[in-house]
Amino acid sequence: MTTDIKKQEDSMSTPTLAPHQDAPTGHKPDEGRVGAGLFEPRQLLKSLPEACRKLDPRVMVKSPVMFVVWIGSVLTTVFSFQHPGDWFGWTISAWLWLTVIFANLAEAVAEGRGKAQADTLRKAKTDTVARRLLADGSEEQVPGTALTIGDLVVCEAGDVIPGDGDVVEGVASVDESAITGESAPVIRESGGDRSAVTGGTKVLSDRIVIKITTKPGETFIDRMINLVEGAARQKTPNEIALNILLASLTIVFLLAVATLPPFADFAFKNVGSHEHLTMVVLVALLVCLIPTTIGALLSAIGIAGMDRLVQRNVLAMSGRAVEAAGDVSTLLLDKTGTITLGNRQAAEFVPVKGTTEAEVADAAQLSSLADETPEGRSIVVLAKEKYGLRERHQGELAGAEWIEFTAQTRMSGVDVDGRKIRKGATASVIAWVEEQGGTVAEDADGMANRISEAGGTPLLVAVHDDEGARVLGVIHLKDVVKEGMRERFEELRRMGIKTVMITGDNPLTAKAIAEEAGVDDLLAEATPEDKMALIKREQAGGKLVAMTGDGTNDAPALAQADVGVAMNTGTSAAKEAGNMVDLDSNPTKLIEIVEIGKQLLITRGALTTFSIANDVAKYFAIIPALFAAVYPGLDKLNIMHLSSPDSAILSAVVFNALIIIALVPLSLKGVRYRPMSADKMLRRNLGIYGIGGLVAPFIGIKIIDMLISLIPGIGR
Amino acid sequence: MGPVLAGVLQLIALIGALALAYIPLGNYMAKVYSSRGHLRVEKWIYKAIGADPDTEMTWPAYLRGVLAFSAVSVLFLYLLQRLQGVLPGSLHFSAVNPAQSFNTAVSFVTNTNWQSYYGEQTMGHVVQTAGLAVQNFVSAAVGIAVAVALVRGFARSRTGELGNFWADLVRGTLRILVPGAAIAAVILVACGAIQNFSGIHEVGQFMGGSQQWNGGAVASQEAIKELGTNGGGYFNANSAHPFENPTPFTNLFEIFLILVIPFSLTRTFGVMVGSVKQGYAILATMFTIWLGFTALMMWTEFAHHGPALQAAGGAMEGKEVRFGVGGSSIFAVATTLTSTGAVDSFHSSFTGLGGGITMLSMMLGEITPGGTGSGLYGILIMAVIAVFIAGLMVGRTPEYLGKKIGGREMKLAACYILITPALVLVFTAASMALSTPPHSMLNSGAHGFSEVLYAFTSASNNNGSAFAGLNANTDWYNTMTGLAMLLGRFLPMVFVLALAGSLAEQKPVPVTAGTLRTEKPLFTGLLVGAILIITGLTYFPALALGPLAEGLAS
Repeated sequence: MTTDIKKQEDSMSTPTLAPHQDAPTGHKPDEGRVGAGLFEPRQLLKSLPEACRKLDPRVMVKSPVMFVVWIGSVLTTVFSFQHPGDWFGWTISAWLWLTVIFANLAEAVAEGRGKAQADTLRKAKTDTVARRLLADGSEEQVPGTALTIGDLVVCEAGDVIPGDGDVVEGVASVDESAITGESAPVIRESGGDRSAVTGGTKVLSDRIVIKITTKPGETFIDRMINLVEGAARQKTPNEIALNILLASLTIVFLLAVATLPPFADFAFKNVGSHEHLTMVVLVALLVCLIPTTIGALLSAIGIAGMDRLVQRNVLAMSGRAVEAAGDVSTLLLDKTGTITLGNRQAAEFVPVKGTTEAEVADAAQLSSLADETPEGRSIVVLAKEKYGLRERHQGELAGAEWIEFTAQTRMSGVDVDGRKIRKGATASVIAWVEEQGGTVAEDADGMANRISEAGGTPLLVAVHDDEGARVLGVIHLKDVVKEGMRERFEELRRMGIKTVMITGDNPLTAKAIAEEAGVDDLLAEATPEDKMALIKREQAGGKLVAMTGDGTNDAPALAQADVGVAMNTGTSAAKEAGNMVDLDSNPTKLIEIVEIGKQLLITRGALTTFSIANDVAKYFAIIPALFAAVYPGLDKLNIMHLSSPDSAILSAVVFNALIIIALVPLSLKGVRYRPMSADKMLRRNLGIYGIGGLVAPFIGIKIIDMLISLIPGIGR
Repeated sequence: MGPVLAGVLQLIALIGALALAYIPLGNYMAKVYSSRGHLRVEKWIYKAIGADPDTEMTWPAYLRGVLAFSAVSVLFLYLLQRLQGVLPGSLHFSAVNPAQSFNTAVSFVTNTNWQSYYGEQTMGHVVQTAGLAVQNFVSAAVGIAVAVALVRGFARSRTGELGNFWADLVRGTLRILVPGAAIAAVILVACGAIQNFSGIHEVGQFMGGSQQWNGGAVASQEAIKELGTNGGGYFNANSAHPFENPTPFTNLFEIFLILVIPFSLTRTFGVMVGSVKQGYAILATMFTIWLGFTALMMWTEFAHHGPALQAAGGAMEGKEVRFGVGGSSIFAVATTLTSTGAVDSFHSSFTGLGGGITMLSMMLGEITPGGTGSGLYGILIMAVIAVFIAGLMVGRTPEYLGKKIGGREMKLAACYILITPALVLVFTAASMALSTPPHSMLNSGAHGFSEVLYAFTSASNNNGSAFAGLNANTDWYNTMTGLAMLLGRFLPMVFVLALAGSLAEQKPVPVTAGTLRTEKPLFTGLLVGAILIITGLTYFPALALGPLAEGLAS
């Protein structure tokens, strides 16, 4: 029982956690939960200069598909200079350059959104002057950039913390809005799990001594800037694999196009023509066939995926981690704060023999008015809601003497009209009653035990009036499962993700909550070693594990997990060990992170499918245009009835360029994602992007052809 | 009974027979490749070649076995042909010239069986029976061995071991192909195919003049020629020759032999990876494309334009009267969709579109159902590619049969799918661009181009059938088709075995509701689509200038 009371204290003494923004409650079932980042067409225009700068071949070569288009553009341009009177060559060249620029634009827009965030961050990283503490206890003023690891610096109210470190002395409230965007100050104190401070944040009160743990230039804020700007961006494993597939498709089409001239020459010769396929036509065919759509948008998709996390105040230290999030099959969720609300709440009042529930409720409410902890508030609220007891305020009762809750007494209460009412931890209240000369009802102890066995926390309510001191009843404090969690876990199960609840509670308590929340498994009385063992066990079975953590003792497990999300409120060891940091310190976000990871992969797959499916229509446009003159039968393949060969080829090239721009918003927002089974998801996405990808270009090319044929001299 | 109905009934009978054989043969083959014991004769062979059949091999060791064995086989076959003049039982044929000997040696070792020679006018009994027929068995067994190694790569985890090549080779030959071919040969003899060692008969012809008829161990070679998806005929007319394929029944039986192992291997695959449903999904993919192409072929060949074709009840030119349009169409698709290449009718005489179907069938990469073994490993590579794209669309790093498809796996699969298109297109383009090779064409225009395209498609995909008309017995074609066959056979095997090794080292990913279900019809549909679209896109320009130009002209 003592452990339970200790827990109550713990939770009572930590009200400084940032308020959780509970995602489940704001979730409308019809909408994709992973929402869109805003996309404004104006961004395209703003990014245009950057897109042109990216035309540098040294930059282009990083994307093999677009590099081929780049080379093609150069070739057709050279050809056009040799044949300056050929309007067709010039037009194709122009559209090929546009294709490359559109691709660069997609990337530039994605990067631009990160840059805006980086600028905000840079503002926080103003040059600070640090007050370095010397060995003799005196201070010296040094620039923040001159600090080295191990230096001790002093910060007082109004100072900006000069670097990342741990508080080694003192307590202070700190404004971390510069990095978290959360304006409510947080408490930072020496020792324990809330000792980490971040450079660039501001001390609001008191004085602390900080031991610097990071070199200047490698601080958290520096890394954040690098990350959101994409400077530290490396290709992720899946991106590499996809690039290989795209490169091999490019080679296949390169072969198909490069071998075409001898075939065509033979065909032309056959009808006595001395025509050859021109360089322009071959390049146009090649560019239409290679997977330019996905090739152009691939890096934008990756950057945007990271960006979507940043918009949710999550910093992924690598793209690899975001990808791994999509693959996660086991989620380790801390009970407190993730599955249950951070605090226990009163669920019922149980009277001892000889009293009524209403009496207990009344006494409980009165004695809790002076208890400002969430538990105390919940007792007042329950009494009001269940027994119609109007909430009284401390000022209403004249002559009342209020006894505030403290961690030492573990009781609160009131002395009014000659009655002394107390409520609090079982042991404390029993001691009080005995001290007042009263006796404890026999059944009180039994009831309290039953409540703890069922996973709750019992608080006793006692009174000392003219009938003497006695226990009136027991308040049942319960962990309250957050609203919507059950449905959420159900969704996760459908997605094939197993949820494991981690708690320090005893197995009995844990099981009750696990059942209520609907998690798949639980780890009770969990030690850091247990957590570590669980992760290793799951990984040995081939599963990827995601977890959240904040304490120093979570660090090994965070490092071992495939996706380790450290809370920003946590220690620097935890932040160092994890591969993501949640600036809101909201453990529920783990679920969203998984969804963002999946959405990233889905977007890549969908656009790859779309890109490949597009080719079918382009062949039907270009092949008859090239050869119907030699083999009239091939005109039967001109099922779109395009107006002329030139217009057909041009329409395909124009469509190919425009589709990139048209899909920029999709690649930045990600395709709509809703949790569902793999089968349903595949059916849906194949329908939209596979079948859609087959049909769309037939329509698009036809429309462009109709517009082009209006230009005099091109249409037949 | 009309010819169309007859064709459809033959097709139904064929499907029924294949269905009956599927489970027993598939299970039996799985048992063969999973067994631990050795037959006495196998032990003798292992002793003779100095191999320990019980040691496990990593992928490089397995590959070395494949390559060493094949190199020795090529050399042996080459020498046998070069020395034919001094060997007994040569029917007084002299040595085969070097380019043709190289071509033929490579052709039979690679399971292609492209023939630039006239069998009855070039090869004696010894070369045919001790050389070519032996390769018909072992080249098929090599293909199955590589496929089984890949299947083990999927089935095993945390090991690099893929089994023992020598054991797989010997078992495949002795426990599957020899007994199967023996039974088939007896049935063929019973139906009228010849089996003797008699010499050349001079036979007077009905219309005057005379003709030379060879005897030979024809039925036995015919049996393994079809069962091992080889296709190299004893006679130049191949399975159109009445000594090889005397009746409509033997025709249907030979089609059955061609298809039975490639289809049933999907069962073997399912059993060995522990989920017969996965095997069914691959089977369904193969079956869908095979049935679709067969139906398409029958439709183009029956849909007769013009009075001559109408009088014949379909496009009968180049087809045997005893097989008709139906039997010939079913045979043509079966032989080109597997890497067989035997023919009972002349593909160049099919309608333009029909000829295109035989070409497209080979261009699919011989994977539906494909050659013995090579069909299975080829379609599994395509499945890996399809899984990669589809897997992304369900929001996970793609995985197939519990193995992740990462950068390394993708690289190997991508290399595999690049090889045959590269060979077909580059060799064809070179033949069209140079001055001499086009002289081999009999026809001009689209049909002439088709002859060359067909030759390199057939060689690179290890099919071996020919589009009559092209004179392939020139140094250029003998050498270049020889190279195409070699590279088209062994480069893919390198990547398949490397992939198998990489997969076998992985630890398996458990199946959850978030896993892409590769045993469901949706995936089968996706795989069919991926195979058709990727092949179609690769070859569309070439096909447009050949069979499409010809077929759409009417």
